[in-house]
Amino acid sequence: MIRVSNLTKTYGPRAAIQDISFEVGKGQIVGFLGPNGAGKSTTMKILTAFMPATSGTVHIAGFEVFENPLEVKKRVGYLPENPPVYLDMLVADYLSFAAKIHGVESNKVRAAVDRVLEKVALGDVRGRLIGNLSKGYRQRVGLAQAILHEPEVLILDEPTVGLDPKQIIEIRNVIRGLAGQHTVILSSHILPEVTATCQRVIVINRGKIVDQGTIEELSSHLHKGLVYSISVKKPSPDGLKSIQTIPGVHRVTDQGSKWMIEMDPNAGEIRDRIVDVAVQKGLGVLEFRSEKMSLEEVFLELTTNESPEAHA
Amino acid sequence: MKRVWNIAWRDFRAYFMSPIAYVIIALFLFIMGWFFFNNFNFFIQSASRMNPYGGGGTTPSVTEGIIRPLYGNMNLTLLFIVPFISMRLIAEEKKMHTMELLLTAPLKQWQIVVGKYFSGLLLLSTLLVPTLAYPLILGVASNPDWGPIFSAYLGTYLMAGCYLSIGLFFSSVTENQIVSGILTIVTSLFFWLISWAAYSAGGAWSDFLNYASLITHLNNFLRGVFDTSDFVFYLSFIFIGLFLTHRSLDSYRWRS
Repeated sequence: MIRVSNLTKTYGPRAAIQDISFEVGKGQIVGFLGPNGAGKSTTMKILTAFMPATSGTVHIAGFEVFENPLEVKKRVGYLPENPPVYLDMLVADYLSFAAKIHGVESNKVRAAVDRVLEKVALGDVRGRLIGNLSKGYRQRVGLAQAILHEPEVLILDEPTVGLDPKQIIEIRNVIRGLAGQHTVILSSHILPEVTATCQRVIVINRGKIVDQGTIEELSSHLHKGLVYSISVKKPSPDGLKSIQTIPGVHRVTDQGSKWMIEMDPNAGEIRDRIVDVAVQKGLGVLEFRSEKMSLEEVFLELTTNESPEAHA
Repeated sequence: MKRVWNIAWRDFRAYFMSPIAYVIIALFLFIMGWFFFNNFNFFIQSASRMNPYGGGGTTPSVTEGIIRPLYGNMNLTLLFIVPFISMRLIAEEKKMHTMELLLTAPLKQWQIVVGKYFSGLLLLSTLLVPTLAYPLILGVASNPDWGPIFSAYLGTYLMAGCYLSIGLFFSSVTENQIVSGILTIVTSLFFWLISWAAYSAGGAWSDFLNYASLITHLNNFLRGVFDTSDFVFYLSFIFIGLFLTHRSLDSYRWRS
């Protein structure tokens, strides 16, 4: 349904996203997880044909966004970070305007508006001025706008940011209810948010994809254990083998003069053993250090707390 | 074209959701009423002073005495009124993030630009329709020449259309409505006064500056003279404004 290949967007010398590739199948809910400023919004703006990419391609329902923006826009519903609502319009008027510009036929506009009002539980405010609604309601109006034309793909940028816990639960239920009919991509910098709603997660940091998979897969990657790197002056296959055979070492990967040593999760403290062996084998140790896994680094920056303060 | 109309109508209605349309209309009609009243009085006084003596020159005509000064003044007023109509059109959408709704809907960019422009024209028409009362009053009181009145309206509408297209462009380059309004007034004034330099420029430059000035072309319309070149000038001027707006939206998408 969605195929993104080698997507890059640069602002002058600064790259907002770099070489991003992923695929999303029909009917899936996929979470885009990353700290603030990771490039989530940028990616979503490109997916909705709002913004052109510097290089790379995006295919949605078989159409390339840059070559066929109109066809893509017909099939995509988009809720930006700030709900794009006119504060001086009534909820029902706003939605029928949104329906018309999304190409819903005039005689079906009313039915479409009624349908989405019910779906996002907005029926009781249909005659209210949007400017008088609370943030949670405005967000729901924005969501209603995104599903009016029954798009195949839904792109939701931080759909629960700034809402109170009760509203968050309501919005999440709405989103979960949309799966199946729509393919959904939602972005978030809050870990529990993604775990609560998504089947699959794409973790992004500093404009690059760090990891992707189900929540279970990601956490297994995360707990695999520590990684050390050792740089040697005189690498030898014999030396590599003897490090590999130290109890507690899971795997050693050869990167030329630098070896990555993955540890078993319960290996205990064996750094001294590794260095001893390296010295005995006369490898000429230049550097020995612990490597942080990039995924772990990302998770440290994520918001894991779901209290309202954390959303501010 | 239906989408253009959807956008134009939404924006037109939005004018009336805030006090802005009411203030603009009231202010404009008050100023125009003042002009009409004084022009009319002045004309009657000078006409009655002339008649008893007969042959003191040509009899003042309604066209020369009322129509021309009245619609000349109307244009000057619109120079300052139209920026208040145009300033919010795109600037506010950018500020309120509703531009994202329009730019991610299956619309072509020109449909957005033209829709916005039409909503401004609609409000402009709402301003101008009540002023039809003045020629009607003249029609009751005397026997005016309807040709120049018609052409004065046409010229006024076209010239205000130029202000509007300048205004739409400046509304698209900033999020700040005040900045957009001020830039519009200054630029419109510049294209109005550019012909002043024609006196000293001389030669081909003089012709060019005269041609580029908005007011030169209006004078023909106020005199009741139709010239295709005036039409072409105004329509191209409007087109260039809309084209630049289109480009500016492009660059907004690239940068945001």
